[in-house]
Amino acid sequence: MSVLVFMESADDELSRQALTLAQSLGDVRAVTVDGPYAPAAWAAAIVEAAGGDDIVGPGSDRGNEVLAHVAAQLDLPFAANVSEVRGDELTRIRWGGTLLEEARLHADRRLLTAAPFAFVASVESTQAQVLAPNLDGAVAVVDHVAPDTGGKVSLADAKVVVSGGRGVGSADGFGILEELAGLLDAAVGCSRVVTSAGWRPHSDQVGQTGTKVSPDLYIACGISGATQHIAGCKGAKALLAINADREATIFAHADYAVIGDLHEIVPAIAAELRKVKGS
Amino acid sequence: MRILVCVKRVPITGGRMVLTADAQAIETKHLGFTISPHEECGVEEAVRIVEAGGGEVVVLTLGPEEAAEQIRDCMAIGADRGIHLVSSEEWDAQATAAAIAEAIRGEEPFDLVVFGNESADAGGYQVGIRVAYALGLPVVTGLKGLTVDGGRARCEQEVPGGRDVYDVALPAVVTVKEGLNLPRYPSVPAKLRAKSKPLDARPVERPVSKLEKLRLVVPAGSRKQAEILGEGPGAAPRVVEVMQQLGVA
Repeated sequence: MSVLVFMESADDELSRQALTLAQSLGDVRAVTVDGPYAPAAWAAAIVEAAGGDDIVGPGSDRGNEVLAHVAAQLDLPFAANVSEVRGDELTRIRWGGTLLEEARLHADRRLLTAAPFAFVASVESTQAQVLAPNLDGAVAVVDHVAPDTGGKVSLADAKVVVSGGRGVGSADGFGILEELAGLLDAAVGCSRVVTSAGWRPHSDQVGQTGTKVSPDLYIACGISGATQHIAGCKGAKALLAINADREATIFAHADYAVIGDLHEIVPAIAAELRKVKGS
Repeated sequence: MRILVCVKRVPITGGRMVLTADAQAIETKHLGFTISPHEECGVEEAVRIVEAGGGEVVVLTLGPEEAAEQIRDCMAIGADRGIHLVSSEEWDAQATAAAIAEAIRGEEPFDLVVFGNESADAGGYQVGIRVAYALGLPVVTGLKGLTVDGGRARCEQEVPGGRDVYDVALPAVVTVKEGLNLPRYPSVPAKLRAKSKPLDARPVERPVSKLEKLRLVVPAGSRKQAEILGEGPGAAPRVVEVMQQLGVA
């Protein structure tokens, strides 16, 4: 079996994970696409390059989008965010990874994306053929706007995230989280309850429909642990939960727990950090 | 502007995933239902566009009888009427897109067809794109910003480090993400008005699934035994020790 793997770039992390999945399926050819992002045109170039081969891509926004275009152009089924393949059977993630689906693909060719972090990238970079899509009349990116982050570390890139939920109680309540974040060079995050209440902007939301984060430490303050939220923070290497309710679901996802009122505990941690740093 | 928004009934899952005995679905006996947060923003955006410039917002769903509840919720936000393709079975993305495209062909043309970027439950990332191909329309996905003016749509798609901008002629298909707007809480009068808005319900037959769900599985090892560092502010020194061990303080 031959497999064509679409890579966002030859050294992109999720694309290299997709390469690992592709290598488990057969002989691999890797491709990248040149020029401005134009999903339909990129997909057409990939379809042409693939011949009759299986096509695999990364489980990123672009990977899933390009493969969906490929699937629509070929009128074939497409399984997004696959974590395991066994012939024509596969496992894919649902609900942002908090549930799995075992499924059977009824098609001569497999169109798949690799669920992020379900596969380990085995190479630093790879040789990829560069495709030149036909951009005539294509829907393509015409401009890029970058937000003003005020020099703060972004949620997606932060090594530490200090995140607050309903238990924070108000927009003003985030002051103590901001303070702790400042000491740790951390980003401040929040749960969906918080953005729905208007306490924080949606750009701070961690979760299935917000930002997915993978910091070294995620500090969940007053967050109950709904699956919507866990889907966004399960990539953290360590999770510290601070919650007054010792039955809170978040503790089942935590590596470390502090039980009690975050309004007392968070300032105490900040004070302790200052003491340690000052000495 | 005539705008169609496609939505999907999903359970409000809370903190734990519990499956039915046959592992075909989530046990929903004690759960409420909603639509994806992405789709809520899609409905809100469509209603705002029509409130500002006139037109009609239609909501479409493919789902069980009970999904009429979600269409009424969308009507309470401001949608004018509903189309309900009634089926109690779970459809794969390809069949779902074909049924939606077929329903759209039976309507006066829409200027804009709106989907959530991905459904909350199945997360296939493809129904909106497939519908666009079936109708021969351009499609832009993952919108966090949308401006409709003079028969064109300026679309802002979230990407790492900012937003990519697209400019497409209408009619078009767009898929949107939560954060596009902050959806309103429907007022009581709006909920009452929603009850009498027109809803066209028709049964649909599910074709054979080409991506056939065999069973659902709760991921193993997803529950941890947390190390309790202490209770109350007295835990702070131990917390900082752990931060130092992790190399973050």
